[in-house]
Amino acid sequence: MTQLLIICGYLVLLLLLGIGASRLFRGTSQDYMLASHSIGPFLLLMSIFGTTMTAFALVGSTGEAFKEGVGVYGMLASSSGIIHSLCFFLLGVKVWKLGKAYGYRTQVQFFRDRLESRWLGALLFPVLVGLVIPYLLIGVMASGTVINKVTAGRVQDGQVVGGTFPEGTFPAFLERGTNPKATAAAPSFAYGSQGGVPKPVASLAICGIVLVYVFLGGMRGTAWANTFQTLVFMILGIVTFVVIAWKLGGQDSFWASLQAASAAIPAEKLTRLHIPPEKFLTYMFVPLSVGMFPHLFQHWLTARSAASFKLPVVAHPLFIAIVWVPCVLIGAWATSDLIAIPPPVAANPNAVLPFLVQKLAGPVLGGLLTAGILAAIMSSLDSQFLCLGTMFTEDVVQPLRGSRRLTDQQELLVARLFIIAIVAVTYCLSLAEPRRVFTLGVWCFSGFSSLFPLILAALYWPRLTKAGGYACILAAAGSWLWLFAASDFAAQPNFTVNLPVPLAVDADGAWQLMPVAAMITLSTVAMVTVSLMTKPPSQQTLDRFFPSP
Amino acid sequence: MKPASVVWAIVVLLIIAHQDFWFWDDTTLVWGFLPVALAYHACISLAASGTWYLATRFCWPVDETEMEKTGEKTA
Repeated sequence: MTQLLIICGYLVLLLLLGIGASRLFRGTSQDYMLASHSIGPFLLLMSIFGTTMTAFALVGSTGEAFKEGVGVYGMLASSSGIIHSLCFFLLGVKVWKLGKAYGYRTQVQFFRDRLESRWLGALLFPVLVGLVIPYLLIGVMASGTVINKVTAGRVQDGQVVGGTFPEGTFPAFLERGTNPKATAAAPSFAYGSQGGVPKPVASLAICGIVLVYVFLGGMRGTAWANTFQTLVFMILGIVTFVVIAWKLGGQDSFWASLQAASAAIPAEKLTRLHIPPEKFLTYMFVPLSVGMFPHLFQHWLTARSAASFKLPVVAHPLFIAIVWVPCVLIGAWATSDLIAIPPPVAANPNAVLPFLVQKLAGPVLGGLLTAGILAAIMSSLDSQFLCLGTMFTEDVVQPLRGSRRLTDQQELLVARLFIIAIVAVTYCLSLAEPRRVFTLGVWCFSGFSSLFPLILAALYWPRLTKAGGYACILAAAGSWLWLFAASDFAAQPNFTVNLPVPLAVDADGAWQLMPVAAMITLSTVAMVTVSLMTKPPSQQTLDRFFPSP
Repeated sequence: MKPASVVWAIVVLLIIAHQDFWFWDDTTLVWGFLPVALAYHACISLAASGTWYLATRFCWPVDETEMEKTGEKTA
């Protein structure tokens, strides 16, 4: 119960922050969606970092390290340190400059002008929304799992002991669950909520809280909340690491405990022998996704000046290391014989971190640490919610209305109603708890990465044409759908595209590439080929986007 | 060689250094607790931060004073 009270206290604090930000709200859609371009370097760093580090970074990385070992850090974290900052540097600054000059609020507005296509939104909008939904799913699913696990009891001889709520507190459909490895078995309390807050209830509460503070504070509230939450999850993340290391290692000093915990990691989790080097290499394409995240595009536009980007560009790789190194180590420690991970937890890697927190930290610390994990999750959900509302009003409703533009008040109302609709859809999808957070995240990021050539070419290649842009989007969306279906809709976590090579080159006779490599290749080839075959953009467009120095 | 070219050369080197096949099967624990694969890639993160600092110093893509002048003219 203590953990639950602390979590509730934290959520109330967030609501107060949203109310505080709403007092500075200027009542215009420009202020609601872009905070009137007033965000300085520190807030920009924290809001961009908080937005990119979601449940994927904390819950997903620990779970994936538990499954695959420490190689997970190299696959996604260190590569992100290089690639994310590269995107902020090459794309973010230029997008901000154009956004400031021409009043862009969304990606579609920018591409519509650059590609001279009024109806581009009809294709790009559904593709972007379709890719944001799995990203939202990651956060919604993980928040439910985290709150449930830290408030749940433990299972002894098939019985639940020490949960927050006795069996029967909630309706049976919320409390009972099935063993994922024996789906034919009858649903039971031990495989369900286990005396914790049922996942659907917890996810719903988190969606509600985020919706309220996004509605109240808009982009400014989101930036403030992200900054606050990023500080919370970074500080509490380090505390979590120290506590878990000390408890697991069980030595007198922290240093000795660290060494004892790591010494117990099985050898196969210390190496990357099970990861083909070519798969590791092609993982590097996944972080390119930040170049096309619509919510990040919107954050870039909030910057007060181009110089505001310098701090995020430099500090982002360091912040990634601060968050990911402890999480990956914790996941590797969980594979050792120092702690027994119960089968229901081992079957669901998303639950490994919350389980360790619940098991090894006291109730007060456990509650605080859970608040930290939720902070990471919510600091991404809020930006995504806000961005979806902005995109719907700016890219769908306003173009359809033509010269009869919505008033600011109508625009805010439409944005909020669309956000509620999308959250409702995502919430319903999350009830099925479809896939591992990490697997779902990689697929979602891969989709955005496959659109990366489009933004890069739009900013740096004057020869990109309208038809080339359409070809790129269609190739990206088509290849994503095809490969996603081939992976049984992410049911195969280690799905790769196998490229046949001579045995002399690779003993397996094939290179195992990440699907994202194939998607980027196809979208780039389609974009370049079609652009070169079609009429170049008008001189007016070229002068606008590529002015002579 | 221009400073900007040096910075971009370092970025390419970082991407190459990221493919550390030489530590693929190494189980060494640095300082007794940090798996070498993790320690090496944590260093890559630090190096990335340093490289991007150099990029902001020597290849910054926007002339702030020019933008301010343009903004004033527009206003």
